[in-house]
Amino acid sequence: MNAEVKMMRTAAETQYADALGALPATGAIRGLRAKALSDFIEKGLPHRRVEEWKYTDLRVLMREMAPLAGKPDAGAIAEAKKNDVLANIGAREIVFVNGTFVAELSNLKGLEKGLSISTLSDALSNDAMLPQLLAALNPSKYDAVFALNTAALNEGVVIEVAAGAQITKPIHIRHIVTGTSPVSVFGRVFVKAGKKSQATVVQSHTGPDAVAYQTNTVLQLSVADDAELDIVRVQAEGDKAIHLSMTIGAAGAQSRFRSFTLTTGASVSRHTVPFAFAGRDMRALISGATLLRHKQHADMTLEVDHALPGGESRELFKTVLDDETRGVFQGLIIVRPDAQKTDGRMMSAALLLGEAAEMDNKPELEIFADDVQCAHGATTGALDDDLMFYLRARGIPKKEAESLLIQSFFGEAIEQIENEKIRDAVMTRAGKWLEERSVK
Amino acid sequence: MALLEVKNLQARVEEKEILRGLTLSVNAGEVHAVMGPNGSGKSTLSYVLAGKSDYEVTGGTATLEGEDLLELEPDERAAKGLFLAFQYPIEIPGVASMTFLRTAVNAVRKKRGEEELSTPDFLRLVREKAKELNIHQDMLKRPVNVGFSGGEKKRNEILQMSLLEPKMCVLDETDSGLDIDALKIVADGVNRLRAKNRGFLVITHYQRLLDHIVPDVVHVMAKGKIVRTGGPELAHELEAKGYAAYETAA
Ligand SMILES: Nc1ncnc2c1ncn2[C@@H]1O[C@H](COP(=O)(O)OP(=O)(O)OP(=O)(O)O)[C@@H](O)[C@H]1O
Ligand SMILES: [Mg+2]
Repeated sequence: MNAEVKMMRTAAETQYADALGALPATGAIRGLRAKALSDFIEKGLPHRRVEEWKYTDLRVLMREMAPLAGKPDAGAIAEAKKNDVLANIGAREIVFVNGTFVAELSNLKGLEKGLSISTLSDALSNDAMLPQLLAALNPSKYDAVFALNTAALNEGVVIEVAAGAQITKPIHIRHIVTGTSPVSVFGRVFVKAGKKSQATVVQSHTGPDAVAYQTNTVLQLSVADDAELDIVRVQAEGDKAIHLSMTIGAAGAQSRFRSFTLTTGASVSRHTVPFAFAGRDMRALISGATLLRHKQHADMTLEVDHALPGGESRELFKTVLDDETRGVFQGLIIVRPDAQKTDGRMMSAALLLGEAAEMDNKPELEIFADDVQCAHGATTGALDDDLMFYLRARGIPKKEAESLLIQSFFGEAIEQIENEKIRDAVMTRAGKWLEERSVK
Repeated sequence: MALLEVKNLQARVEEKEILRGLTLSVNAGEVHAVMGPNGSGKSTLSYVLAGKSDYEVTGGTATLEGEDLLELEPDERAAKGLFLAFQYPIEIPGVASMTFLRTAVNAVRKKRGEEELSTPDFLRLVREKAKELNIHQDMLKRPVNVGFSGGEKKRNEILQMSLLEPKMCVLDETDSGLDIDALKIVADGVNRLRAKNRGFLVITHYQRLLDHIVPDVVHVMAKGKIVRTGGPELAHELEAKGYAAYETAA
């Protein structure tokens, strides 16, 4: 079958091979990129015969690769400056415009003690840091999206929180796309949370509507023993964009990891989360709210891997599907033989508003240990008629009654965000989505 | 013109005839009680008046102040002044009580051409009405009806009724599940709302509610019809003799 796939290479696959193959590179990074690219060329874009991509056939959904984005000009930077997504959360901001780090929009001054932030390009040229990063960069371990991201590896940021450091100010990484013509943008973010450290990292993805740009971003996390790390992602790409992203993480003993994703953007999006419980007694809460309209397609795929005993994982995902949207949730909890006493609970609930909307909801358990407590659930349904009637019998008009119920539905997921300011800001954004819905 | 005028109303649910030519009229200022055996269609009447879509009206009319109710959406009926206190109020997880109350009050005020209430005014109003009904502020911090006891749910219905200032109140077994003290509180709440321009249709099985809320008219409903109408003494008669006579007659 590989041979067949290679022979039928799509336009997008050829364009990726050509564009990424032509990127200049020196040193160790060059070898890494080349390996990733050949890995990609071998795999091709994921398609429906690849089990994990069954519902999101990228060969079909991504016919062409948009040209690689150039350096942002003054106009692009001025446009990016207006970006106000989660502007009021009191965060330290790190801004990428069309994939390029923009120092003038970022704030790397006065870093808290124990916090270090460097751009990926600096880190890659730093011989001391390089091996550390590369160790985590084995392209063949992950899928074609990761291989592409590695083949394009250049821009990004490396955030390190030293052991014991408590960084209360959130760190917000803005990935902004600007302009009116389609571009391809890549980015990589590393977060290393040291032992007993604590930090909150926010990632937002935005760009213009009506432009078929493509983004590919990987967030790579390493959480040391007893550390506490919160991730909040807001995927609010433009309505014609293709958004591919991953959160790859491994966390150590007694650590605490929380991640939340709000998805409202892009015409096609896929977020993959391979997360490894690499220490005993660690706890993770992975949640998200996905709000879709028109013909959006959004795929959330998790693989939570418990390798050691005593882990607790909670996954809660809410998907609201209006119009002719398509939602995908694939969630796999793996409990390996040594992971006794694992307590895992996964829930994915979908609310179908549009008659032509469709949800593929697939939670799974693979359990190889005998003393565990694991459960998963998936529900797909419409708004409850009796609840609607109760609200309307109190004078609340249809759209408003729907908004109340929809908000209560996704609100449960947003409630999982630990930081109150961020939680409120995310709720406000989700509320805006509802307002737009109720006026249409 | 009567406030609520129901004529020869027929309705069915899932092909099953439930209301079979029901006629009654309530004037402004009056309290009417409706009594009748289980399954006679009392709740169905209340749902049909409020506009629940499961019920198909196959004949007859229902008007509020002369305006055809059956044409209107449920929220429009509420805005026009119809209020239904549900026999079984439902829980709405995730919707905060205060948000719900405020949305309802302001939606209705807007439809009636009145100004929306400011937050402080609204809070003051809720606090006052809740206190009268012995509803704790803590309860209102919870989602709508979630974790409320049966009696608390019923009191919450009366709270909503007081806030929405309806013209025509339909109370479906608001007394069921209430202890003696709560019954008194609810009855006082209803009596406070009695007014020249307001009518009540009180569905109940028990005389004890009518001891507190003294009706002007009592109807007996059986098999989807009003089969007898009389004064308050009729309720006493029913309490003594039961419905046996009507079950066969209807
Ligand atoms: N949604 C429905 N589907 C099927 N049957 C229904 C439905 N709603 C009501 N019915 C039937 O209609 C009849 C009348 O029911 P309704 O609830 O109106 O009676 P009721 O007089 O309020 O009784 P109760 O005193 O027990 O409250 C019953 O036989 C009931 O089973
Ligand atoms: Mg009933």
